[in-house]
Amino acid sequence: MLSSLAGVLFDGFAYGMLLFLLSVGLTVTLGMMNFVNLAHCSFAAVGGYCTVSVVNRLGWNFLAALPIAFAVGALVAVLLERTLFRRLYRRSDLDQCLFTIGIAFMSIAAFAWFYSTEPQSARVPSYLVGSFQLMGRNFVVYRLFLMLMGLAITAALVLALERTRFGAQVRAAVDNQRMARGLGIDVDRAFMITFALGGGLAALGGALAIEVIGLESTLPLSVILVYVLIVVAVGGLGSIRGSLVAAIVLGITDTAGKYYFPWLGAFLIYLVMVALLMWRPLGLFGKR
Amino acid sequence: MLRTCLALAVALASFTAHAQQPLKIGMVLTLSGQFADAGNQMLNGAKTYMKMHGDTVAGRKIEILTRDTGGVAPDVAKRLSQELIVRDGVDILAGYVLTPNAMAAGDVSAEAKKFMVVMNAATSVVITKSPYMIRTSVTLPQVMETFAHWAATKGGIKQVYTMVTDYGPGIDSEQAFQGAFKAAGGTVVGSVRFPVANPDFSAFVQRAKDVGPQAIFIFIPGGAQPAALGKAFAERGIDLHKTKVLGSGETTAEAALKSMGDNALGIITAWHYDYTSKNPLNVKFVKAYQGVANGRNPDFFSIGGYDGMHAIYEALKKTKGNTDAQALVNAAKGMKWESPRGPMMIDPETRDVVQNVYIRKVEKVNGELMNVPFDTIPMVKDPAGERRKQQK
Repeated sequence: MLSSLAGVLFDGFAYGMLLFLLSVGLTVTLGMMNFVNLAHCSFAAVGGYCTVSVVNRLGWNFLAALPIAFAVGALVAVLLERTLFRRLYRRSDLDQCLFTIGIAFMSIAAFAWFYSTEPQSARVPSYLVGSFQLMGRNFVVYRLFLMLMGLAITAALVLALERTRFGAQVRAAVDNQRMARGLGIDVDRAFMITFALGGGLAALGGALAIEVIGLESTLPLSVILVYVLIVVAVGGLGSIRGSLVAAIVLGITDTAGKYYFPWLGAFLIYLVMVALLMWRPLGLFGKR
Repeated sequence: MLRTCLALAVALASFTAHAQQPLKIGMVLTLSGQFADAGNQMLNGAKTYMKMHGDTVAGRKIEILTRDTGGVAPDVAKRLSQELIVRDGVDILAGYVLTPNAMAAGDVSAEAKKFMVVMNAATSVVITKSPYMIRTSVTLPQVMETFAHWAATKGGIKQVYTMVTDYGPGIDSEQAFQGAFKAAGGTVVGSVRFPVANPDFSAFVQRAKDVGPQAIFIFIPGGAQPAALGKAFAERGIDLHKTKVLGSGETTAEAALKSMGDNALGIITAWHYDYTSKNPLNVKFVKAYQGVANGRNPDFFSIGGYDGMHAIYEALKKTKGNTDAQALVNAAKGMKWESPRGPMMIDPETRDVVQNVYIRKVEKVNGELMNVPFDTIPMVKDPAGERRKQQK
């Protein structure tokens, strides 16, 4: 019983980390820039397909593909932000929703066109495969890797946004654009970099997710988008810590639910979401 | 005299129009959304048949019209089928990846009296929806009950844990497998149904592992999920020598095998088609298919489309191009042919597919993972259809 609990906590924590990596980009763009980007998982798919190309066609190592996925995701995000998304910053939420859903549909068609509708995979190096034994229980190596990646990225993000000059500029630009401009902060540039960061992180999440959930052209509008939105809403808009906690709570509940009460299946995650949002309508760490 | 002349002229005119007008086949498929891959593979299967056998049969040019339901959408499938008949004037309905869509369109076929060829939709009862329908794919009980019986007898498996996706075909497979397994003397030690949209399988697999059954039976729809599930099995350290993993063909489809790697070695599946079959007909088919589908290999959706076109062509040859639904279905009943999958037949009574079920094991052949058949159960009829027949 105890060892099964340890196993469930481990798996759930790792799954939560994966959800966190996929959603942290949206926390940044939605929470900080108030931009409702439902095409967020398109960036995840960009990262996934980029990894598939780098690993399968160029034959590079999976780990080498991760920074490339991040860079490509960030680049695509900047291109879209410069050409399309920035025109919608001042529009209503509905306009933003409709527009970004349209982008998500177009991205699905584009992925299907270039990579076909066949499910894709990218082989990870052998030292990330398999599991190790502890207390008579198998722990999966790749999930440990996910955890470490998640923690490292959280630390880097929190430091960058709260301790650096650039982070202060972004927060100032978000809180009061006019004042920030008045102080000589280049708000456009701050937003562009934030968007790039959001897209890059989603792409990284998408690359890391291939090994757990696989990759299909329909990823941008799959159930993953629902989970990502749950994480952002439960965590509180714009709060990276909130997203982290929310993702871990949801990951563990989901895994524990499926292990101990499989007949409840996937419903538990929604019950927990409803309960948490009734308790704290602004999310766990939400301020606005 | 004048009247006879006129009648003759009209008959002649209608005859020439008949000969010149293309014969339209309306294919209702899932070309976008979650099942887009299935729809595309099926369409390519049909196209491959036309490429290999020409696009003219019984003096009439065949034209395919495709429509996209976008996924599980019985209402859309019904409307598209109606529009194909009423507006586009198709002579034959074909395609249908998903059971709910095929069920809804079955009514259209029955009412409009149009020949309908189901090229996938594998729930047994689909075939009863229209007297003008035939099926060229597979039925779930056909494979699952056969497999369960094989496992409990020849396979030497006494107890099983079942894991299926919680939707129509999954539940049907669970019932079929469990029923036949118990009937053959086995016991079911546990079961679980996972949600249709389930990204992470680790908890379900861990639970199965902790129960420690002799064998685990899986049914899961194609797409990215079989690979995710297979990986969960591998990373949990389930030893396939101790715990046998049994599944349908989707579990070890090409993309799933690629993604699972050596972890898939030893998985036993039952299915009616695999692209690696060395059957000369299949080798020819695969080569032509790759030309049509940009290098992709065919899967069971493709072979359903291919054999569906074969049935249409052969039925049209028998009726000499007449597209009357009753004539076509009569021509198709009892039709036998050699398909790339092996021998097959349309059951003259149930209009359903009769074919070999192959028991395969994942092995490494020349460095590549393959489903290697090691047992064949010849010419299996749909057991659910047989039961329906007895009830009548």
